[in-house]
Amino acid sequence: MIRLPLVLFFSAVLFSAGVYGVLARRNAVLVLMSIELMLNAVTLNLIAFSQMLGDLAGQVFGLFVIAVAAAEVGIGLAIVILIYRNRETINVDEVNLLKW
Amino acid sequence: MTGNEYAFVVLAVVGTVAAIRLVTAANVVHAALYLVITLSMVAAAYLLLAAEFIAWVQILIYVGAIVILFLFGLMLTKAPIGREVLDNQSRGVAVVVAVAILAGLVFLIQDAYAWDAAKIDPVPTSAAAVGQSIFSTYVLPFEVVSFLLLAALIGAIVLSRKDDQT
Repeated sequence: MIRLPLVLFFSAVLFSAGVYGVLARRNAVLVLMSIELMLNAVTLNLIAFSQMLGDLAGQVFGLFVIAVAAAEVGIGLAIVILIYRNRETINVDEVNLLKW
Repeated sequence: MTGNEYAFVVLAVVGTVAAIRLVTAANVVHAALYLVITLSMVAAAYLLLAAEFIAWVQILIYVGAIVILFLFGLMLTKAPIGREVLDNQSRGVAVVVAVAILAGLVFLIQDAYAWDAAKIDPVPTSAAAVGQSIFSTYVLPFEVVSFLLLAALIGAIVLSRKDDQT
């Protein structure tokens, strides 16, 4: 038996750490890693509620979140490597072509 | 507090410390290794919640595949060492935003669920049950995810291909 708020607090901490990483990091690969942290927090919540309610939907959609995260990392890293090849940098501050 | 809860607290503390070290690490490879620790702790949390199939999927896909992809990404792009060059100027704002989000979430959670009221009694769910659910009730989302993975595969190939022959 595990108290639900305990799990939710853990995932809230993971999510906040991910938010900090996305906002404070400048290296694009580290930003992607922080996004993974946030996705993990979401999946943990899905599993916790799935087990509390005895409903398999949470676990199925947790699996879908993991699959989407894998696709996101593949595409994200391809874009990062493309940017590095063209501009010799992956600082997200310097990639500002579309910025106003 | 039960034994399961003590185990969960321990792995939550380890995961939290690793997550914070991940977003503050000065070396990108160390950050990837901290990511491994955090993801493993989340997988252990799934095991404690008796969701074994998704725990092993987490180990296989995240720790096995995604972290390796990250390491390849770090290998192919030159990253400097040191927090000053890896972080941008708005670190203070980022701390404020992250702490505000954490405080808001903690307030909402303890507001919605009383400490002793909401308990999880983990009933072990077999991989067979999850698979049956995917392929009967959720077969349409499953096909959508398959199509997304195919599109991501083709997209990654197209993006990273050198188009010198065109």
